Amino acid sequence: MILKFYYACIVFLIFISYLSGQANRLFKQPLFMKIIVCISNVPDTTSKINFTADNSQFDTTGVQFVINPNDEFGLTRAMWFKEKQGASVDVVTVGTAAVEPTMRKALAIGADEAIRVNAEPTDGFFVAQQLADVIKNGGYDLIIAGRESIDYNGGMVPGIIAALLDLNFVNTCIGLEVEGDKVTAQREIDGGKETIATSLPLIIGGQKGLVEESDLRIPNMRGIMMARQKKLTVVEPVAASKATADNRFDKPAPKGAVKLVDAENIDELINLLHNEAKVI
Amino acid sequence: MSVLVYTESENGKFKKNAFEAASYAYVVAKEMGTTVTAVAFNVSDTSLLGTYGVSKVLKITDETLKTFNANAYAKAIAEGVQKENATVVIVSSSTDSKYLAALLTGKLGAGYVPNVVAAPDSVSPMVVKRTAFSNKGFAHTEIKADIKVIGVSNNAYGVHENQTALSEEAFSPSLGEADFGVKSIALDKAAGKVTIADADIVVSAGRGLKGPENWGMIEELAGILGAATACSKPVSDMGWRPHGEHVGQTGKPVASNLYIAIGISGAIQHLAGVSASKVKVVINSDPEAPFFKAADYGIVGDAFAVVPKLIEKLKEFKAQNA
Repeated sequence: MILKFYYACIVFLIFISYLSGQANRLFKQPLFMKIIVCISNVPDTTSKINFTADNSQFDTTGVQFVINPNDEFGLTRAMWFKEKQGASVDVVTVGTAAVEPTMRKALAIGADEAIRVNAEPTDGFFVAQQLADVIKNGGYDLIIAGRESIDYNGGMVPGIIAALLDLNFVNTCIGLEVEGDKVTAQREIDGGKETIATSLPLIIGGQKGLVEESDLRIPNMRGIMMARQKKLTVVEPVAASKATADNRFDKPAPKGAVKLVDAENIDELINLLHNEAKVI
Repeated sequence: MSVLVYTESENGKFKKNAFEAASYAYVVAKEMGTTVTAVAFNVSDTSLLGTYGVSKVLKITDETLKTFNANAYAKAIAEGVQKENATVVIVSSSTDSKYLAALLTGKLGAGYVPNVVAAPDSVSPMVVKRTAFSNKGFAHTEIKADIKVIGVSNNAYGVHENQTALSEEAFSPSLGEADFGVKSIALDKAAGKVTIADADIVVSAGRGLKGPENWGMIEELAGILGAATACSKPVSDMGWRPHGEHVGQTGKPVASNLYIAIGISGAIQHLAGVSASKVKVVINSDPEAPFFKAADYGIVGDAFAVVPKLIEKLKEFKAQNA
């Protein structure tokens, strides 16, 4: 009789521990992480950069536009979360209708929905305010941006959003793992890397390393066809201040001709570097 | 109404970029008719700042700030800005400074311009020259916001001595647990190795080296010159070298005094990333390599013949000039 009671107790305890394990899993691993990837529409990395005749703006004539490479690494990592851990992935940009092909490409890669804030992205603070509004309204858990855009190189948008919305922020992010709301991230530092512990909601400034170059996806025909059916919402900008303005651009001064030194005459090179250039 | 400068340090010692930022702060303050106040974290001897034009230093001594924490540092600097009524904040272009500058900008509602390469065009209005399009162009950018944050490029404006009487003040920003939502749990940094960001000389190699097993001579050359090692994008993509060494448009920017490119043809993305370097030497077996057009000095020759000879000759040179 007493033995039976013991058995019952043990079975009951096992059952309880099983239940708490399930509950733990449910709470630690949200079935659906809501991710948004901030995308910048930038000139292809091979572009030659020219400015308009009065040097007041970037001359887009003949320039191919692409997803900012730092953002594309982040988008690809977002797709990994979607496929491996369960997540929804939205993409957002600030730009005119001219940037829609880039947004369609992001949808063809696999993002679920796109949002475009209908405004010229004039400066980093303005863009950050627009994106912060979209992010706040959408209730996202993870916000992925790039370390910087390769055109204006401001490198400030994710940091400003973090400050405006009081989010955790990891910049130059080269590794990201999420378990429940706990996050382990790697950050590139000068001369090495740092491992970071933080939690959702989180915004990162991503770059190569989040995924490898070889992990990047070229949209296939099915993806491109499906992207046409996906939702691309256009929202009007909120009132926001502009903190900076580019008054004028110029190009680097043309380089003088190279001085060639004979491969047999290394002494001459050392002499030039020491006495002429004074760098050694 | 002073100019505030964040002076970066490591293990209680100022980094070179702290003096560069201080030098820049001095020229801005002089133009504005005011003085420079520095914020320093856990540096006991701050006397060197006086050499570079700093009048006052807010000294923060706090165990919890031993390791860099962008958010907590940004909050501390923001408090310094309010305390000093600063309207301009100068930071460097290191990875850490860029990280905290964006947060600081958000907290202060400031206008931030990074990658600034020259003293301001004017201080009223504040217009600064900075690189854009990954060094393929420059922009003259006006900062319209009341508080202006300026990120100074490495090795561009330079370090300038302006001997100034320096006063010190202990400063304890009010930080709490909530400011440490992001925690450092491990640092992986090669000790004693020159970083690309801080290096005066960078030795870089590309696919022309044929395989990772041939990097011994690149490291030897870098060792003799006290240089950092770097590589082109394909080399890091193929896993021959770590990503941290990839320089170029999507990798790290280089702004060294001397950049030596070995077996790198010079794709436009690579040239953009290294164009801020002052003197460029190219060693390549292909006389048509585009890099020669962007170089100051060039040798057309096989890296496997030229580099060992260069190492030998540089050893002799170093021995004579030691």
